[in-house]
Amino acid sequence: MTVEQIGSEGKDQFPIGMRVLAVDDDPTCLLLLGTLLRRCQYHVTTTSQAKTALKMLRENKNKFDLVISDVHMPDMDGFKLLEHVGLEMDLPVIMLSANGDTKLVMKGITHGACDYLLKPVRIEELQNIWQHVVRRKKKDRCNSGSKDKPHPDSGEAVGIGNVDNNGKLNKKRKDQNEDEDDERDENGHDNEDPSAQKKPRVVWSVELHRKFVAAVNQLGIDKAVPKKILELMNVEKLTRENVASHLQKFRLYLKRISCVANQQANMAAALGTADSAYLRMGSLNGLGNFHTLAGSDQLHNAAFRSFPPSGVLGRLNTPAGLGIRGLPSPGTIQLGHVQNSGNPTNDLSKLQSFVPGNHNTNILQGMPMSLELDRLQHNKSVGHIGELPTTDSTTVFPGSGNLVDARITGFSNNPLLGVTSNSLMLEGSSQQATSHTSVSAIGFQNGNALSDFTSIAPASNQLQDSKAGSQGQASPINCNAGQIIRSAPQEWNAPRKDAPYQSHALINSSIPINSAMIQLGQCLDRNNSIFHRTTDLDLVGPLNFVDPLSIKHGEGDNSIMEPSVIEKEGYLMFQPRPHGSHVPDNIGSLEDLASAMMKQEGGCNGYSLRTSI
Amino acid sequence: MERNPMRRQLASMRKSLFDQGYLDEQFMELEQLLDDANPNFVEEVVTLYYRDSARLILNLDRALERRPLDFSKLDGLMHQFKGSSSSIGAKKVKAESTLFREYCKSGNAEGCMRTFQQLKKEYATLRKKLETYFQLARQIGPMESANRPK
Repeated sequence: MTVEQIGSEGKDQFPIGMRVLAVDDDPTCLLLLGTLLRRCQYHVTTTSQAKTALKMLRENKNKFDLVISDVHMPDMDGFKLLEHVGLEMDLPVIMLSANGDTKLVMKGITHGACDYLLKPVRIEELQNIWQHVVRRKKKDRCNSGSKDKPHPDSGEAVGIGNVDNNGKLNKKRKDQNEDEDDERDENGHDNEDPSAQKKPRVVWSVELHRKFVAAVNQLGIDKAVPKKILELMNVEKLTRENVASHLQKFRLYLKRISCVANQQANMAAALGTADSAYLRMGSLNGLGNFHTLAGSDQLHNAAFRSFPPSGVLGRLNTPAGLGIRGLPSPGTIQLGHVQNSGNPTNDLSKLQSFVPGNHNTNILQGMPMSLELDRLQHNKSVGHIGELPTTDSTTVFPGSGNLVDARITGFSNNPLLGVTSNSLMLEGSSQQATSHTSVSAIGFQNGNALSDFTSIAPASNQLQDSKAGSQGQASPINCNAGQIIRSAPQEWNAPRKDAPYQSHALINSSIPINSAMIQLGQCLDRNNSIFHRTTDLDLVGPLNFVDPLSIKHGEGDNSIMEPSVIEKEGYLMFQPRPHGSHVPDNIGSLEDLASAMMKQEGGCNGYSLRTSI
Repeated sequence: MERNPMRRQLASMRKSLFDQGYLDEQFMELEQLLDDANPNFVEEVVTLYYRDSARLILNLDRALERRPLDFSKLDGLMHQFKGSSSSIGAKKVKAESTLFREYCKSGNAEGCMRTFQQLKKEYATLRKKLETYFQLARQIGPMESANRPK
């Protein structure tokens, strides 16, 4: 390639020169780790303090490609660091520990670690860690490329991505972006501008993310293109590329959510009132494995047991996009577990899964999906989306109205968590339409991710009634017991009407779905995982689905929820309901829910709805 | 020339450390990292280990004096200690740490104390042996690193 590259830090010679930040309070291990890494020809920075590490990372997000951290550290728990890094910087993080307990490894995964190594670590294991960087970049690229821009790996990313193709990373890189567009740095900015120079990383704060989601909702998930989003957001210094990459992540997130939602929806089955089963969406956390959750039985129990009628908001972990990133607090995103919500009406909360378009079931309508994040949190279990034991199977989708705007993601009744399998569910095929379970799988049906709550948050704003007073952010959906937000069928897609909601959860209108955020487990990929990381919560509390059956479809009127939730894309978008839809007032806005949830969480900063990206 | 017997001695010392179970493969991994830029790497790591772990041992001693015993704290401290010890390949020390943690988990105070005494013995023994080993190695000279038996 170009000669010019050669000089630069070995960018072209990736993985040689890959910049690693190693954190371990034990000096012996740190020395060993640093030496091993240098032996692999990486560029290594070591520190024994997690706080110092974070500081370094925050100072310059583009300074490192990968972080390796010990789990047990005196000044900060390794998992917390993991969350922070994931949320704020979206870098791959590898955990290191002398303890290889399955539970701990699972915890790492659910928090978003892209790998978990056991001490003493061997050089062979470190020789391949660069793959995580590549994978992440590639994923970002693909995502962004596919949606709004047809970039096929344009430029930079290609470099790395090409490795697979031609196995010649260097070569490709050179071809691609002449301008040392270091994809690592770009991290998603690449789409538009192949020649872009390194751009400073944008931190998607809660506020910013909210605007983003609002813009997306306004435009309609299918029509949301970075350029327009950028215009709507009207934020200085934000480039289209930033938006594009964020959008990509957001979409992934939604997908994931919808997957989960589907599962949840299935589980939800009964709409019943309160106590709907919440789906626990575990955060799949990016690792890319969806497995998540499934793991813990305890989660299930926890989730369920404490689940009070109020819907639990599931927090959807949006893929990086959700913006939760940036939240320092552990994945707070959780929408809260609504359960506490004393608001009876609120139940809905959560659910906002938006089913992207076509789902028949329009989501949310009333299905409050309560993801009980809180619970999870309390339980310290990471929510997994995994298996949501549909306890009550009341899926509450806060569909109606308020939330509806939010977009209830349709959860298809699919077995929950499909998540593990892949967010496919969510994915866009809105066609899948939920149909399942009445709960109109909001959004999930197609696997579209449940609308991520981020969208909820903003959506909440949009929610008109936002019952909950919607706090701008995703207020934790305290929603009340999973009441499903009214059945307003929310279809994400335009075809709302078509898609019969299947059972839109009938949300009693009384239940305002306050920004129900569904926290769908973090299906998100590691990349996206931003959220879930939180140890505490990771999403998703069980989704409460209001009994989908009981949900009346708004008479088939999709308009209710209309939020045109993101279709396919699985966004949970809250769209302001165009029609006055019926969304029952009760439904509180998702935001409310979200905030409620958040509050419940004890102030998790979570991003409930707000996904700070 | 006069090095040969020393080399042989060094080699046999090393071998016996492995044979007697004081060291495991991890130590060999450390040796692999020796090169011209880091000719004394192994010794550096081991020195660092002994310095740092002394602190842990002290903390463990103190914690074991408290009544009642705080098992989870003890377990935490030992976990750290175990991590370090395994990084240098201290096999026996590591085994004692594992045993100690088992006792912590089952709340066996006496077992913990007994094991800890044993652990300290092993720890001290290994230290002496390694010190002797490195001393000899230094005498032989840096050239030796290249020739160290693998």
